Amino acid sequence: MKTSLDNSVVTRRNSVLRVINSIKTSDIVRTSKRIKHSYRQIRTEKIFRRTLIFMGVAMVLLVLGIMLTLIVESVPSIKSLGIGYLWGKVWDPVRDIYGAYPFLLGTLLTSFLALAISVPFSFAVAIVLGEYYPKGWLSNLLKNTVELIAAVPSVIYGFWGLAVLVPIVRSFETKVGVQPVGIGIFSASLILSVMIIPYAASLGRAMIQMVPSQLKEAASALGATRWEVIRSVILPYTKSGLFAGILLSLGRALGETMAVTMVIGNTSLIPKNIFSPGNTMASVIANEFTEADHPVYLSALIELGLVLFLVTVVINMIGKRIIKRYTTV
Amino acid sequence: MESTIVSTKGFNAYFGTNHVVKDVNIDIPQNNVVAVMGPSGCGKTTFLRCINRMHELIPGATANGTIMLHNENVYDMHPIFVRLKIGMVFQRPNPFPNLSIYDNVIAGYKLNGIKLPKEEKDRIVEHSLTKSALWNEVKDALHKKGNFLSGGQQQRLCIARAIAMEPEVLLLDEPTSALDPISTSSIEALLHDLKKNYTLIIVTHNMQQAARVSDRTAFFYLGELVEYDDTKKMFTNPKDTRTQNYITGRFS
Ligand SMILES: Nc1ncnc2c1ncn2[C@@H]1O[C@H](COP(=O)(O)OP(=O)(O)OP(=O)(O)O)[C@@H](O)[C@H]1O
Ligand SMILES: [Mg+2]
Repeated sequence: MKTSLDNSVVTRRNSVLRVINSIKTSDIVRTSKRIKHSYRQIRTEKIFRRTLIFMGVAMVLLVLGIMLTLIVESVPSIKSLGIGYLWGKVWDPVRDIYGAYPFLLGTLLTSFLALAISVPFSFAVAIVLGEYYPKGWLSNLLKNTVELIAAVPSVIYGFWGLAVLVPIVRSFETKVGVQPVGIGIFSASLILSVMIIPYAASLGRAMIQMVPSQLKEAASALGATRWEVIRSVILPYTKSGLFAGILLSLGRALGETMAVTMVIGNTSLIPKNIFSPGNTMASVIANEFTEADHPVYLSALIELGLVLFLVTVVINMIGKRIIKRYTTV
Repeated sequence: MESTIVSTKGFNAYFGTNHVVKDVNIDIPQNNVVAVMGPSGCGKTTFLRCINRMHELIPGATANGTIMLHNENVYDMHPIFVRLKIGMVFQRPNPFPNLSIYDNVIAGYKLNGIKLPKEEKDRIVEHSLTKSALWNEVKDALHKKGNFLSGGQQQRLCIARAIAMEPEVLLLDEPTSALDPISTSSIEALLHDLKKNYTLIIVTHNMQQAARVSDRTAFFYLGELVEYDDTKKMFTNPKDTRTQNYITGRFS
């Protein structure tokens, strides 16, 4: 009994000694190197983090700076034209008259017309991808194609509009008996409607896929057809998400510049109907900015930019807020 | 001798190539409660969902064989009619969150685009909620949304929603597994009453529950119907060793 106890003490002591002996001076040196190395790691980490923060702050400052520039540069126009600028019906830089109404109207007309045309397609895509065919090669093809629409540079749409769409619209106008110009609000809306499909479609698809399958099954088990499930379960459940998608599309439509400028006809007259040529806020800025040869003219254009900026920011914010409230519930 | 209401012959169900219900032959007598038991993954839910043709809604899911409802093959009928005649209650209570209690009960009519006069709707709502033993608890809150109800009340609302369509058969897939003991016993009591008007097929993992509520019990193992008998006989004197093992808790 006693010997065995002694034995175990001896073994334990021996093993401790063995460990102590095994630590060599080179190990200690290496350890201190290792410590130095980790100091450097900590410093790198600090620098890295500071760089990140700096870049983040820089971005915020940049956007604030842009807004500030817009405000400051708009001051001459605001001072000399007042608030009446917004509903002034005439825009004639030669006579130094600046009214934004034709462009506000042009922007609203093109955007909402485009929205009305594109929303049925967006929802159709969202329902097909979200409910009918969430998987499979056909669904991937459709999904990627729709996403590609958003990636195509807008000048390409402008070209395509001029080369293909405008002639078609012109012959359509001949048929319905309006002046066959081709270029104008209607052509711009058509182009826009294609360009904004992906925004409502992608968001709608994501929202539709989030509908709990147990609710859909509950409806199916009560004898609902696919369409009835969509109408009575999926659409009510996703309506705020679908609305947010429409807002994102609208935000895109309001600000789109290049393609619209190329096909809208660029006139500052108030459009008489949806086939008339016109201008949007974005297109008139793009078109006249380089020609603005005196301070109030320039400032009036910048104020237009400010209005556009604020409107799109507000619309995007509302859309994002809806999405957030909707996805965190 | 009771008449048979549902009877299957050589019935098989698959998920892709996974054969999960194998050659099932079973006769369900009218106005009975039939319990379906068996270890997890043995195909109970799948079999149940084949009876009202919910199974085929899952991509890649297929089935063959016959399931007769009275004298008609369910697989020759339009699935919508099948689901109107054979109602279903799910494992988790799933009332429609955007609808009031009232609208939940008549959801089946709304979904199918059936327009009813108000008195008729009122009658159906009261009748169904009374039958599902929920009327007294909710009669003053019919037009409120159902989300303030307890889990057990929600499940009874789902039962009301199913029986509002006046089905002949009611399928229940572990209807009490997400509920507390009190809600569970009120649902069990309810099943007893429902038997007068409907035929019930209930999947359960709880042997006491099966013993309490069912007239007959079917035991599934690895997709096969191993044994099907009077519940009392099954629990006191099982014939198959697999059933014995399950009942004595040798596997679960
Ligand atoms: N949606 C599905 N897709 C593919 N396979 C499935 C699906 N649902 C179930 N299965 C498979 O089918 C088999 C039977 O499943 P089922 O849900 O019918 O079992 P169960 O007896 O109801 O089990 P539990 O007691 O756990 O509910 C399982 O092996 C499962 O992996
Ligand atoms: Mg199951």
